[in-house]
Amino acid sequence: MLLPFVYAILQSLKPLEEIFAYPPRFFVTNPSFDNYQMLSTLTDSLWVPFSRSVLNTVFVTVVGTILTIVLSSMAAFPFAKYNFPGSKFMFQLITRALLFVGPVTQLPRYLLMAKCGMINTYFALLGPAIAAPMGLFLLKNFMGQISTSMMEAAELDGAGMFGIWWRIVLPNVKPAILTLVILCFQSLWNLTGTSVIFDEKLKLLPTILEQVSTSGIAYSGAAAAASVILMIPPILVFIIVQSRVLETMAFAGIKE
Amino acid sequence: MKKRELRKDLKKYRLCYVMIAPYMLLFIFFVLVPILISFVFSFTDFNMVEFPPRFNGMNNYIRIFLEDDDFLIAIRNTLTLAVIIGPVSYFACLIMAWFINELGPALRAFLTFCFYAPTISGSLFVMWAFLFSGDQYGMLNSALMTLGISDEPQQWLTNTQTMLPIVIIVQIWMSFGSSFLSFIAGLQGIPRSLYEAGSIDGVRNRWQELFYLTLPSMGPQLLFGAVMQIAAAFSIGSTITSLMGYPTTDNAALTMLTYINDYGSMRYEMGYACALCFILFAMITIVHVVVERIIKKYASA
Repeated sequence: MLLPFVYAILQSLKPLEEIFAYPPRFFVTNPSFDNYQMLSTLTDSLWVPFSRSVLNTVFVTVVGTILTIVLSSMAAFPFAKYNFPGSKFMFQLITRALLFVGPVTQLPRYLLMAKCGMINTYFALLGPAIAAPMGLFLLKNFMGQISTSMMEAAELDGAGMFGIWWRIVLPNVKPAILTLVILCFQSLWNLTGTSVIFDEKLKLLPTILEQVSTSGIAYSGAAAAASVILMIPPILVFIIVQSRVLETMAFAGIKE
Repeated sequence: MKKRELRKDLKKYRLCYVMIAPYMLLFIFFVLVPILISFVFSFTDFNMVEFPPRFNGMNNYIRIFLEDDDFLIAIRNTLTLAVIIGPVSYFACLIMAWFINELGPALRAFLTFCFYAPTISGSLFVMWAFLFSGDQYGMLNSALMTLGISDEPQQWLTNTQTMLPIVIIVQIWMSFGSSFLSFIAGLQGIPRSLYEAGSIDGVRNRWQELFYLTLPSMGPQLLFGAVMQIAAAFSIGSTITSLMGYPTTDNAALTMLTYINDYGSMRYEMGYACALCFILFAMITIVHVVVERIIKKYASA
């Protein structure tokens, strides 16, 4: 299962003549860091500083992940625990939307965003990411398992709805929240945003790396190096966060 | 009388509406309205050039069902792939999550990472192209020829016999994604006391524990996993396009998703692409309703 990583790393260490060697080989005979050096030369020659695109992607990823977790968990809680008028219908809509796969919604969404002046702003990236129904659906399902008696006890102690959400619900669905962090981080980090971001200063890291490394066949090595560098943050986040998921040992009394 | 009750309810639950409002507004704007617009498009001849598009009633749907032979191929392939990949990947995720959960902490973390790795590496399945490459230097071909099993290189990625099996292998290999992680997270939430009570009630071995205690208390996670795996199993497309290109030999690996992309982004027949999308949506919804029923019967959700 780890083979793709091994392959990517080996590929990035190959000098150009080995990348295009025929017959192609899996292993590298003369490993070198030339590709990484070439990548840094290429990124230095951009007229918008390279660090800007790194900052852009970090901003979009961090803000997007936090907002997704906060807004989705805030909305998931009433859906999971209260039977308010319209709740069933709205939740059905969300579930159905989750099942709607198809690239055809991109165009109407683009037209809507263009009408509202969102093109070339990060609203156009963050909005669809936060509105994706997956996080809400995941959290709602986990929240359904929290015992009502625990919530009632908190209510008797004078906690309001927000208090219960913050102090009872969120700590009890920690494994689900952490899982969502992993999923959000990964998808936001890899966003290219090429269909809505055209301003050179606002472009994201994956787009910039692709721009420099696919501009000629001689840069194939740099492209391989870029894909390795791009993979590192999601891997680190996965390792750190997932180990905390596995730490949360179950204790009695969470569930009914 | 009823109106007054509703008003009372609305007042009583007013905080609920406050809490869901920010998400719902974003959902309506970025998800729901675009889907509704596509639905309207599916009854037009929208081609992305002429504005405004003209309504042509059910024409797109009639054309799909009565005149379009490629559609039948796409439906057949999509169903074949979904019927095999959906259940296999679902149960593989479940069994692996359960198995991993029994191990020590370090090994558990490492194995979770291994299984999730193909999902992180995303586009790296080009590696498979190297493995199945059609010349004598492709890894599979050179292995088969060195071992003397075959005399000449096999065209794995363009042979109509081997294309779908390869898609199935690659797709199952990368299926340990969000539902796998949700199963693992769900297993962390099962209280130990449940197992203690179970052993008093006469649960004897690990399998009984799985079927009588673990799974029934994982209803919500099982439902989530089902939705994600069903949607994924019906929307296989980018794997095929990047391994085998488009169009594939004799359309042998044509799926609904690659077909939709064809109409949407190559032929610019957006109205037709939208109609195809809603047919796919109807199929997924039917399967989901059935699967949801089965899971709810079995586990409390």
